[in-house]
Amino acid sequence: MSWYKPADIGFAVRSKLADLGLGARLFVQLVGQGARSLGRFGLVRDQIHFLGNYSLAIIAVSGLFVGFVLGLQGYYTLQRYGSSEALGLLVALSLVRELGPVVAALLFAGRAGTSLTAEIGLMKAGEQLSAMEMMAVDPVQRILAPRFWAGVITMPLLAAVFSAVGVIGGYVVGVLMLGLDAGAFWGQMQGGVDVWKDVGNGVVKSIVFGVAVTFIALLQGYQAQPTPEGVSRATTRTVVVASLTVLGLDFMLTAMMFSI
Amino acid sequence: MQRSNNDIWVGLFVLIGGAALLFLALQSANLLSLNFQKTYAVTARFDNIGGLKPQTAVKSAGVVVGRVESITFDDKNFQAAVTLALQNRYSFPKDSSFKILTSGLLGEQYIGIEAGAEEKTLQAGDVVTDTQSAVVLENLISQFLYSKAAEGSTPPPANANNNNKK
Repeated sequence: MSWYKPADIGFAVRSKLADLGLGARLFVQLVGQGARSLGRFGLVRDQIHFLGNYSLAIIAVSGLFVGFVLGLQGYYTLQRYGSSEALGLLVALSLVRELGPVVAALLFAGRAGTSLTAEIGLMKAGEQLSAMEMMAVDPVQRILAPRFWAGVITMPLLAAVFSAVGVIGGYVVGVLMLGLDAGAFWGQMQGGVDVWKDVGNGVVKSIVFGVAVTFIALLQGYQAQPTPEGVSRATTRTVVVASLTVLGLDFMLTAMMFSI
Repeated sequence: MQRSNNDIWVGLFVLIGGAALLFLALQSANLLSLNFQKTYAVTARFDNIGGLKPQTAVKSAGVVVGRVESITFDDKNFQAAVTLALQNRYSFPKDSSFKILTSGLLGEQYIGIEAGAEEKTLQAGDVVTDTQSAVVLENLISQFLYSKAAEGSTPPPANANNNNKK
């Protein structure tokens, strides 16, 4: 392989295109399997248990500490302008709009996405997926689709838990530690946070992130080289690609949602 | 479908997620108190509304009694027609005056109602013309400069405001 010979360039472009096409076809298949895998809810339920329940602890603890830190940092900055009562608004808006969906998605990619990739990659390396195909069981339908839909369902719930726990963390620091007035804290928050514009858009964001992170994890596992090295590389790529995708998508979604 | 031990944990997880969403909607966005109170519409005419926006609060004695529903321009008398949704449980005398006020020095603008003395109360669809417009900072500054220039006409001020003096 060299970078200047036309034949090599052509081969590289062609294989990249083939990868893209495989990814797009897998995505269409996963979405198309939606009704059927939600109909067989047992499979999805077990995956929600694995992806959601076991991620709850890390999400809740991270949310709490992000709320603490937002409370402290926000308080010291707002105090300079004599408007420390706006702390509740600051904490709630930044969590609900940005930090909740984004940080929860990053944690989800690290906690759940990697395990999805490794599981699928090892199934492929152990030729379990090929064995299923031999038995005329579609691995996309039986293995990938339930995981995909479980991830899509789980992500908004985790993001909501993150934001809610974070708001409580901000309350603990702002009101209980720093002695702000509780009425002002909640009142400013309730005056400034809109149900549809802020909370609703946050939920939309987290659903999009759920689709992106779960799909990337599954695709990396499904396309991994069926060797120990290939699986480890695919797991690494899941974290890198999913994190960058979440951050990029976040910018685009924010630009679309809050500029109109 | 088969039952499994996971059912209860998944159910709990979904409930926790739902509770978190509910908490965000109710506690931080205050969904309930906004939408489930009956209101009546009153229109107030202002010469200048400044930076008033729909959905801002209408307060009387500092208590929120309603919201600004919509703001339109009336090209018959060149005034802004502000439609207010006042909560049904509060009624105000017909001669109440409406002012556009600012919370804090540079804070958000809101409408304050100062109750009048009349027996009759405002009904849905009434139009209030006893209003006080928003304070526009530029007008204040130019008034201040004019008065300064007028004051300083005996010992002429050193700056360029000389041409303003009477």
